This record gives sequence, C-alpha cells and structure tokens, in this order.
Amino acid sequence: MREAKPASCDDEPATFVVRAGLAKMETARTLDDQSVLYIRPSKGWVSLRLRELWDYRELLYFLVWRDVKVRYKQTVLGAAWAIIQPLFLMLVFSLFFGRLGKIPSDGVPYTLFAYCGLLPWQLFAHALGESSNSLVANERLITKVYFPRLVIPISAVVAGLADFAISFAVLIAMMACYGLAPAWHVLTLPFFVLFAVMTALAVGLWLSALNVQYRDVRYTLTFLTQLWLFATPVAYPSSLVPEKWRALLGLNPMAGVVEGFRWALLGKGEGPGPLMAVSVGVVAVTLVGGLFYFRRMERTYADMV
Amino acid sequence: MNDIAIGCQGLSKLYRIGRRESYKALRDVLAESVTAPFQRLRAAFSRPANQNGNRSDTIWALRDVSFEIKRGEVVGVMGRNGAGKTTLLKVLSRITEPTEGQARIHGRVGSLLEVGTGFHPELTGRENIYLNGAILGMKKADIDRKFDEIVGFAEVSKFIDTPVKRYSSGMYVRLAFAVAAHLEPDILLVDEVLAVGDAEFQKRCLGKMEQVARQGRTVLFVSHNLLSLRNLCAKGILLRSGQVATEGPTAAVIDQYMGSEIDSSGEVGWDSPNRAPGDDRLRVRAVRVVCDASVTSEVDISKEVTVEVDYWNLQDGGRRLVSIHLYNSVGVCVLTSGNTPSVCITPDPWYSRHYPRGLFRTSCTIPGFLLNEGLHCVTVYINERTAYDNIVLIRDVLSFNVRDTGEMRKEYTGPWLGAVRPRLYWQTSQLD
Repeated sequence: MREAKPASCDDEPATFVVRAGLAKMETARTLDDQSVLYIRPSKGWVSLRLRELWDYRELLYFLVWRDVKVRYKQTVLGAAWAIIQPLFLMLVFSLFFGRLGKIPSDGVPYTLFAYCGLLPWQLFAHALGESSNSLVANERLITKVYFPRLVIPISAVVAGLADFAISFAVLIAMMACYGLAPAWHVLTLPFFVLFAVMTALAVGLWLSALNVQYRDVRYTLTFLTQLWLFATPVAYPSSLVPEKWRALLGLNPMAGVVEGFRWALLGKGEGPGPLMAVSVGVVAVTLVGGLFYFRRMERTYADMV
Repeated sequence: MNDIAIGCQGLSKLYRIGRRESYKALRDVLAESVTAPFQRLRAAFSRPANQNGNRSDTIWALRDVSFEIKRGEVVGVMGRNGAGKTTLLKVLSRITEPTEGQARIHGRVGSLLEVGTGFHPELTGRENIYLNGAILGMKKADIDRKFDEIVGFAEVSKFIDTPVKRYSSGMYVRLAFAVAAHLEPDILLVDEVLAVGDAEFQKRCLGKMEQVARQGRTVLFVSHNLLSLRNLCAKGILLRSGQVATEGPTAAVIDQYMGSEIDSSGEVGWDSPNRAPGDDRLRVRAVRVVCDASVTSEVDISKEVTVEVDYWNLQDGGRRLVSIHLYNSVGVCVLTSGNTPSVCITPDPWYSRHYPRGLFRTSCTIPGFLLNEGLHCVTVYINERTAYDNIVLIRDVLSFNVRDTGEMRKEYTGPWLGAVRPRLYWQTSQLD
C-alpha cells in the first residue's frame, strides 16, 4: 500500500497524521482510509498543530464547561463572588484614589471609571492565574490521556469569561444609574474582550509551561499580578502620563486593554492609537512565542508534572 | 497489502531515577546559571562526560522494543513491576514521547490507563459521562447516542443526576468503566483497569472486552491477571527490564512468565528500607514460603505451608492489614485471605492494635490437603485502613510448587481438575 513517508529531519513533530491515499474509493474500512500515525522523539522547535487543536474543540468546550460549573457549585457565594471582588476594589479605589488622592478620571465619575478599568483587569488576572496553574492542576489528565495540551491553558482562560459576563452586567446597571449611554464605540468592545483574553493566554502559556518545571512560579504569580495592577492605568488614567511617553505605556499590553475598554464604553481615554498599536504588537509577539515555547516544552509535561 | 495495526521499531524511553518529582525551584536554576559556566569549563578540562545512557541516575524504562501487532489481534503484555509495561502504553498512546525509535499506528487509538480519568466529584453522573467521554476522545454526538447504554451498563440510572461524590466506590468505578467501555476506537490500549470493582463487575468488564475483541478491534492489554490474559489474548508479549523477552502464543508466554520471572527460591528480601516496596509508612523486608520449618519453594501437598511477610513499620500509630492472594498456573485466584479477625481461625492480636515503629512479621498458614498440585504465585497486600488504601502491593512476588508425593494418589494417578484439592467428607449409605 502507498504510504506518505515522513521526511526525517530533526525538527519533525513528534507525531503527525497523514491521510493515506485513495480516500475516494468506497472500500469498507480498508487500511487505505485509515490514518497513519508516527510516534517518534521530537527535537527542538515543533509545529503548533493547530489543526489537531481544532479537532479537539469539543474537549475544550467540556473543560470550560466543567470549570465554570464546578466554580459556581463549590463556592457558597457562587456567582456573587464574581461581583464582590471588583466591587470592593472599586470602593477602595474610589475612597483612596478618587476621594482622598484626587486622581483625575477623564471627566467620568471616579467609581464608574475605576469599575470600568477593573473589569478587564479582573478578567485578565483571573484568567492568568488559572491558566498558569492549569497544567499542574490537571496533572491526572496529562499523565493518563493524550490530547493536545494547549487545550488546558486555553480552556482555563476561556472559563474566566463567565465571571466577566456577570460583573459586566453590574457595569451596565451602574451606567444606567449614572444615566450614561455608550457611544458607537461600544461596538468595538468584543475586540477588547478578546484582547484581554489573548493577553492572559499569551502570558499564561509561558507561565503554565514554566510552572511545570519551576514550581515557585505559583508564588511569584501573586506578586507579579499585584505589581502589574499598579503598572496598569486601572486606578488612574493614562492621560497622567505625558503625551510623548504615552505610547511606551503600551508596552504593558494591559494598558491598551484597559484604556480601550474605557474608550469603548465611556468614550473617554485613549482610543485606538500608538498606545494600542504597541500593546497589540506586544501581545502578538508574546502569544506566538508562548505557543511555540509551550509546544516545545510539551514533551516533558507527562514526565515532570 | 499489509495489515499491521501497531509497529514498533527500536522504541526506547529513558527516565531519570527519582524524576517523578523533578521540578526545580527557580532559584536553583538561577544559582545554576551562575555556576554552570565554571562547571562546564572544569568539565572541558577533565575527562569527557558520560553518554546519558550510562549515567547511574537514569534508567531505560524501554530499551529497543520492536514488535508488530496485526489488525484484529488481541495482545497481552505481561512482566514484573517496572518491566516497562505502562511506559509502553504511555508511549503508544502519545502521553509521553519515546527517547529513541519510532512506532507506526494505523487507526484511531483509544487508551485506558486509568478508569475515570477527569471525573469530577462535584459533577453529576450525567455530567461526568460527557466530560469523561470528551476526555477519552469521544464526540458529543457519540456520547448522546450511547448515553442510555452507558447508564444501563453501569446500573446507576437512579443516581444519574446525583454528584458522583455521593456514589459508593463501586458505583463510581462502574460508571467510569461504562464510559470507557463504549469508546470505540480501532485500537484499544488498556492498562490493568479490570483490577477494580467487585468480582461480578469484573466479569462483565471482561465480557465487554471480549466483545470488543470479537468486533475485530486491535487490543493491547496490560494485566497481571493471567487468567484474563489467557482468556482474552491469543498472543502475548513478555517484557523484562524494558526489553521484549518473549513474544508468542499467550499460553507459552504465561508459562515463561511464571517459570522465569517470578522468584522461585522460596524467599525474596530487601536489605535496605530505601529500596524495598512500600512508602514512608511501611516497607517490606522479606516475603518467604516456609514448609516443614525451612524456606522452600517445593511444598508437599499433605503439609501445611506458611507465607511469611516481614516488614519495617516506619510510622507510629497506624494500623496494618496484611493480606495475600494466591494464583495458580492458569491464573485462577485460588484464595485470598487477610488477618482480619473473621477470616482467621485464631484472631491475630495485632489486627486491632496500633503499630509502633519496628520490625514485624505477619504469617499466614495454609493447611495441608487444600491446594491442588502445581505452581502457585503469591501476591502480597498491606493496607492501612481500607481495602482501597494500599501501602504495599507486590504482585507475584514469589511462587511455590505444590507436589503430590503420592499421599493423595493411592487410587487414582491421572490429572486432578480444580483449583483446590481438599480432603472432604465422603460417605455412602444404603437407602433401600
């Protein structure tokens, strides 16, 4: 029978599927309609195999569904938890930064300003935490079943959207209270949600892969997230930074996300511009790098996790 | 046209010993990165570094394994603990990569290394069926179609909307196996999953496996249960320290396994607690077979035989339940027994005591005129509290041969059928 022979160069992926010949012939379950799988050691950088990831989309769906379901089943406060966190942070920020610190808020009520920044921040921080820890948390799966490992951090990030949806409903209520209607900018909001998710995934991929090898990543993470929060214009507007330096703020992609969020919802703050462009660029590079790094380290997960 | 389902060529897997918990702290790496250049420099001036294969802290879990399995074959993989059986399945199911060599697989692979992978205690039976099915690689549509069948097989229909944390362990295992049993891949890789559940359920699992085999699927089946291997598999592969020792008809491979792999000197011992089976609660020091006050592997059918287990108890205060399973040469479990009072002729006083630290010996005496002739293999369990909490499980730790020296063969000299050959009460009376 004809077989697609794999080229045997060093950076060949560990395993790959070749649809072998004669697919159109209606031969009932002969070998020709079966796929041939090669298992062999991989070296160096390997392909992402996004096609295979797509084949496993149902698993992704079920893992997200599991995370969401378990999260709301296990906690007493359930969904309320998703609201309490940003709400309390908002209160603290409003009191200390808004009222006492007199931090400007681009002409919007400070509470709304802060909450609007906290939303994408919480989405990011939660998704980042979950995805960084995801490989270690799913150790049983990794050592017992095969599937593209990328499914795990991705599902952890996506599951964070459930909390986001709940806290977003609160924002709508708040805006209604203040009598603020969003401008047409709001149509761009899905892009910024995706942007926040991608940022979390980009960093989460690196950290989850590192976490398998270096377990102190988990402890570093709390510290990192705290530091990052204050480096991001959540409690303050980016307009505090002089115009000519503002694009540099975009090196922190969360700056782009948070500013974009405010722009989409409140019509204030930095809209699409140099800052945003820098942020998108940083995320794109981190994400692609993270994907490849994750895949490269993938072969060690089952043995080391 | 070839009809190979699995073909392995020179498959090897190198593990570092003690690498199971091999993650490092970042600070170690930082420290290393500072010292590494100096070490490398020093290494360059001293003799060349060893090849990684020869280093003492590495072990080849698989070494140059080559075999071919045809489509529709059901193949049993056997070998002692650590012979590389599970590693082989892990490599073939792509959970871990081989270090060298390659395998070719024709068809969709489903692997069952554990029953109930990914089950979440908070989710209901229904939810877990979908989750577990997806993890095992089933499509949602397939699960929808087979849902009723799965629930029926597991016999949990009444509790299907109850979180599985409220299931009994039997129900849990039944449900988990039911999902796995309805996976329909072209090639099925199974590791020892039948070692769970009650006897009745095990029988049904075996039945299901047979059914799978009859549908022309290829099955690679790792088990210590020689009886099920014999029943299910036409072909066997015996692994010994990561290499293929024998390959051929199951019966022949089982014979070789029992003959050469299982210790038949009458005693197996470990000198140092560090290497002995067990964990930090308890380690086994020795297991031996004693007949007529001497260690032996040849036992007269008329004599009583004692299995002794010596162990170091390393933790104060726990309870230790010792039990043994005895298998005969066709893989039938002849008996299982433990030092729980209701199965002892005279209760073991240590059964209910809390063990202090120290060296202990628990022994079990099997009366004469009970076992049938032939080879018997001993499996030892030591548990802390329940039957599910093994501290020690040493399968087929040693074997002994029961010989009929003529004591029971004064009238009949042919083969005696049956797993046991006890002397029983026989009587005839004239009724009319």
